Amino acid sequence: MRDMTMFPLRAGRVHEVCGPSAIGFAAVAAAQTASGVLYIRERWHTEQIHPSGLGAILPPERVLLARPANHTDALAVAEEALKDGVLPFVIIGISQPLNLREGRRLQLAAKAGGTTGLCLIAQNMGSNAAETRWRASPVFDRAYADSTLMRWEIIKNKSGTNGAWHVRWDAERHCMHVVCPAPE
Amino acid sequence: MFAGMPKDIVCMWFARLPSDRVLRMRAMDVPFVLSLREQNAERIYCLNRTAERVGLQRGMALADARSFCPDLVVHPARPDLDRRFLAALRRWATRYCPWVSRDGVDGLVLDVTGAVHLWGDLAAMLADMQAHAARAGLGLHLGHGATRGAAWARAHYGATPQATLEDLDVAGLRVPASVVVGLQRLGLRRIGDLEKAPRGPLARRFGAELMMRLDQVMDRHPEPVTPEQEPPHFGVRLTLPEPVGLCGDVMAALARLLATLCQKLKAHEAGARVIVVQLRRVDQASQQITLRLAAPMRDAARMLPLFEREVTGIDAGFGIDQIRLEAAVVEPLAHQQLGSAAATRTPDRLSDLITRIGTRIGLENVQRIVPADSHIPERSFQILPAAFSPPESAARGTHPRPLVMFDPEPLNPTAMVVAGPGQTNTGGACAPVDGADAGQGPRISGQAAGAADSPPVVAAGPARLIRPAPPERFRWRRMVFHTGRAIGPERIAPQWWDHCEGWQGGMRDYWRVETREGRRLWLFYTPQNPDWFVQGEFL
Repeated sequence: MRDMTMFPLRAGRVHEVCGPSAIGFAAVAAAQTASGVLYIRERWHTEQIHPSGLGAILPPERVLLARPANHTDALAVAEEALKDGVLPFVIIGISQPLNLREGRRLQLAAKAGGTTGLCLIAQNMGSNAAETRWRASPVFDRAYADSTLMRWEIIKNKSGTNGAWHVRWDAERHCMHVVCPAPE
Repeated sequence: MFAGMPKDIVCMWFARLPSDRVLRMRAMDVPFVLSLREQNAERIYCLNRTAERVGLQRGMALADARSFCPDLVVHPARPDLDRRFLAALRRWATRYCPWVSRDGVDGLVLDVTGAVHLWGDLAAMLADMQAHAARAGLGLHLGHGATRGAAWARAHYGATPQATLEDLDVAGLRVPASVVVGLQRLGLRRIGDLEKAPRGPLARRFGAELMMRLDQVMDRHPEPVTPEQEPPHFGVRLTLPEPVGLCGDVMAALARLLATLCQKLKAHEAGARVIVVQLRRVDQASQQITLRLAAPMRDAARMLPLFEREVTGIDAGFGIDQIRLEAAVVEPLAHQQLGSAAATRTPDRLSDLITRIGTRIGLENVQRIVPADSHIPERSFQILPAAFSPPESAARGTHPRPLVMFDPEPLNPTAMVVAGPGQTNTGGACAPVDGADAGQGPRISGQAAGAADSPPVVAAGPARLIRPAPPERFRWRRMVFHTGRAIGPERIAPQWWDHCEGWQGGMRDYWRVETREGRRLWLFYTPQNPDWFVQGEFL
């Protein structure tokens, strides 16, 4: 239980993450691959990724942004990119619940391209087709300032058990530390 | 001297080409000039006849011209548009003969040898040229001669196209102004005078160029007219005997056209950036597909699948019987060594993916984060279209920046409890202040280095030194947070030289606030307009 068997995320599948630190989780997961990342987010989102903040996790020049106009376009772009495989990690901002057909199509596309997909979802918006579903939330670190302590929790797992861990991102060495298995 | 058929050269001189180009669209009978910044002043670049009549001339400072003529109409000169206009006139002049070249910025030279009889005789041809130019609103001076030099001299200095060459001014020899002045001082004002003068002393005094120019005018030295090459046209079309309506048929036609187009592009070492397909239907309606590519490309096999999505959306009606394919924007693309290395293929695959995504959501919506040079957090990076901007790596700043940034959201003031009296510090640094109870109260750790070495942090007057700590308890997005630890402040002043959206509140003191609930927020306080905002969230 101490080592996270489900991380890095299994390639060729689409995963889901929710919670306040979902984008942080996505960035850390994307940093495990050595190549480019596509981040798909609908155009109406005004939130921006700050390159200096992102630079602590992965180099911002590896990230490509796609700003589709609506949810259908977002899924189409995601399918195209997952199938192509030139960008091995695709992050998809999901604004509406996926039905089984959409989720399954994404899974098939990821399998065809050998890529990893990660959907950023809101709470309780998950699709049944997802390989794993995570909940990531920041945790106040009593011991250290400038900490990046987070609680990562698997709440759905098709090929294993659920679990929760406290992890921390090391910006100097660009690696992730599992601090301790979190209490349930 | 050169035996053979005598040549017929015609020189066209558009004396006021820049101003005629503007005035032919809107005729006006008032003094009109075009101004251009030269030698650190706005000067007259070109002017109409009315302006000349009131005493203005080319090269005059615009301020002087305005004092001469207060009701002067001034337009900015556009030499680039003038060049394009002259290129269009060159194409027009090929109706007289195929050998046309541009002469300077406002003239054309035509070698009409053997083409004159098509207009009856030379006078009829010249009259036709004048009539066309007059109808287009252009002032045209024509010169005819057996040599290019003679035609030029007659066009610029002759009263008629066939004026006597010997009576023309020596400036018609195309020599520098200093040489013209020198010749006039010697009393040699006409070309005929120069012709009669001994060559040796003139060549010693003014150089060999003067004699060469004279020989060119007198047909003793050859000077050819070199016709300009037409720019390559990257367009192909296919007319079908029977209209087609199936996607597969249209794609097959496109495949044929693309193969031809790509061969043409390859011959010119160019790659297409924008491809326009026009599908004409039997009912004369036409539909257009525009494909914008993420990188210049001339590989038909890679380009063809990119059309698939658009072609399926076309309404074929009763059928399509003509297809036209044109590379509307072309960029140079050198021949590449073919290799098996995977590294050379990855950029191609990436640009293919960007193109495919771009056809769906618009090429400008596939973006890249590019660092920018500003200390304002909103402006320290730019989001640019990935197809038109190469990736750039940024140096990481010393100050912490959030992972996610959004527009500033005010904290709910009603639910806010301020930690206590505002801290007062000097020197721009904030000393660590412990709360009454280290375990319960907010802990504030200073960031001395950050405040001292960065230009945006301003050590301001006493009134601006009040830097209250973040509130102990606040409400944001309908959630209540308790400050566990606050790091800061980092003072950022707005760019006074530039209006910045959202910085009307004045300078900002940024804090990294780690809440007891877990979330690590980027708060700022505006001392000139006391209020708290949240602008970002850390990992």
